[in-house]
Amino acid sequence: MTDSPITAQGPAAPAAAPQGEPILQVRNLVKHFPLTQGILFKKQIGAVKAVDGVSFDLYRGETLGIVGESGCGKSTVAKLLMNLEQATSGEVFYKGQDITRLSGRALKAVRRNIQMVFQDPYTSLNPRMTVGDIIGEPFDIHPEAAPKGDRRRRVRELLDVVGLNPEYINRYPHQFSGGQRQRIGIARGLALNPEIIICDEPVSALDVSVQAQVVNLMEKLQDEFGLSYVFIAHDLSIVRHISDRVGVMYLGRIAEIGSDAEIYEHPTHPYTQALLSAVPVPDPEAREHRERIILSGDVPSPANPPSGCRFRTRCWKAQDRCATETPLLAIPERFADSGTLAAHESACHFAEAVSY
Amino acid sequence: MTVIDETAGALAPAAPAAPLLDVRDLHVEFRTRDGVAKAVNGVNYSVNAGETLAVLGESGSGKSVTAQAIMGILDMPPGRITSGEILFHGKDMLTMSGEERRKIRGRKIAMIFQDALSALNPVLSVGYQLGEMFRVHQGMSRKQAKLKAIELMDRVRIPAAKERVNDYPHQFSGGMRQRIMIAMALALEPDLIIADEPTTALDVTVQAQVMDLLAELQREFTMGLILITHDLGVVADVADKIAVMYAGRIVETAPVHEIYRRPAHPYTKGLLQSIPRLDRKGQELYAIKGLPPNLTRIPSGCAFNPRCPMAQDVCRTDVPVLHQVGPGRGSACHFWKETLGD
Repeated sequence: MTDSPITAQGPAAPAAAPQGEPILQVRNLVKHFPLTQGILFKKQIGAVKAVDGVSFDLYRGETLGIVGESGCGKSTVAKLLMNLEQATSGEVFYKGQDITRLSGRALKAVRRNIQMVFQDPYTSLNPRMTVGDIIGEPFDIHPEAAPKGDRRRRVRELLDVVGLNPEYINRYPHQFSGGQRQRIGIARGLALNPEIIICDEPVSALDVSVQAQVVNLMEKLQDEFGLSYVFIAHDLSIVRHISDRVGVMYLGRIAEIGSDAEIYEHPTHPYTQALLSAVPVPDPEAREHRERIILSGDVPSPANPPSGCRFRTRCWKAQDRCATETPLLAIPERFADSGTLAAHESACHFAEAVSY
Repeated sequence: MTVIDETAGALAPAAPAAPLLDVRDLHVEFRTRDGVAKAVNGVNYSVNAGETLAVLGESGSGKSVTAQAIMGILDMPPGRITSGEILFHGKDMLTMSGEERRKIRGRKIAMIFQDALSALNPVLSVGYQLGEMFRVHQGMSRKQAKLKAIELMDRVRIPAAKERVNDYPHQFSGGMRQRIMIAMALALEPDLIIADEPTTALDVTVQAQVMDLLAELQREFTMGLILITHDLGVVADVADKIAVMYAGRIVETAPVHEIYRRPAHPYTKGLLQSIPRLDRKGQELYAIKGLPPNLTRIPSGCAFNPRCPMAQDVCRTDVPVLHQVGPGRGSACHFWKETLGD
């Protein structure tokens, strides 16, 4: 088994673990997309601040969930982590190496260890390639990962690992259902035996009865191969189920980050509180006991975000200070020594503990 | 308990107790390259004025096709209504002339679609599109229609409606566009609104706003509402009763509170169990095995049998009827007693 790339390297890290050394360190990551005017002589008239100063750590073997509404920059973060988009500034350290500065061969080597699973299993698989070619393509790009004669066997093994019949190797994507296609996408992500998989809304395009199957598969694979996941989604209940830690994003910044219990049971940021209260709960009785916060208005444009705290335009606690002073992502002073679950990083001047 | 059912309506035709909309044994097929896809296979449901019926199902369960048949916007061909009745105010719409149906569509029954951006015309201002309802149906002048459009936009709480009436759909956010869709459906004060996944494309915080608005307007106008969705959470918030669909059939109907407490069909039960819950974190999620069936090859007997943990031989041969399992509750399962029991 020593030659197989589909076995875990070394002992699997403990499942619930913000201990040990971070495998990925993200520091002040910024991505601005320029807005230009003019056809021949382009001049920049502004920028969409998609990601504006995001920092977090990802530890070995853990799942970090990132939640937020559309336009909050969560998918851009995913692309930046893979260096699929060039960061405007900031760093992403993978084992001490800043991958935003890498290119060519060095970048290719790093990408072997960081793979991605995409949202839409219908458009992320090439319809003209067979399943065998799709899952085997990573081996063409990284020929050192598997000798040529061995690749078909590896692909069959991968199909088996994700719960598909290895006999399907010569079929085309259209012959599969959505859930099966997502399994193919996951198999492709696993092919190079990566350490980190970045999942951008991996189950949101799937039917409810199939979502649970794919989530279970991802958890099983994590245990088996000691994978670290960055799990980006807007479905709060699925994120809670799979994540060890959760970061909540709003308009390009992290509003609050902490363990799943800290975020879901003791949120201190008003946005997190509103988001949690707005989630429809499939239990009419629990529903009636819960206070709902309905936010007014829509998310402002990231091309022209509010000054100070970005959430202040929709926040019921906003005061003058929120417009002038940007709140830092830190453990609020008043909870710092409280020893409660409210003591986690939250970017709000008026952070307040609520328990759900 | 006294049940006011169809027999009462049959004795005294056009009695006030007759439901607003009554779908009876509807069958819809589509001709495809792979054969005939049986999208709807005998659906029965009814909606009263002021009532919200949620139709819950996965993609391919026939929930949207049923709605399209009610609206009369089914693509025919390839679609074909093979049998059934759709009674609106006691009159079968399937036997009406095109002229008569057009009078109902939009005026008496309106529809809200999932994707507001593709349902609105991108090259016409929203004011023009809203006003079109009044110009076409009520023969208003352009000026009057525009004033009515502003009034409607106010009603669905679009800020600065007067200034925004000449804006185009792309200038509005997703939530606002969905409000415009709601405004358009409400324009002629219909008796029944069919909302097909109205909040699926929206973010949770905006979803809550839009659902609240819809529920409030429904109460105000005492309209009937058919809410088509796949989201068990949204249903719990607003519905009075639920019909769960699978492979073109209704497998369970119940008042909203009961279905969450004690589902009577293994499919509903499986769906509810597969939702991640706090007390089960770290454990494997319950997953319904297998995949929804191909509609050209629906399994014999109960369509859910290949995926059902309780399936027995009888499930593979006999199609279960909708058994009455309690007041206002039905389950199309041979083993509904066992399902309810544990």
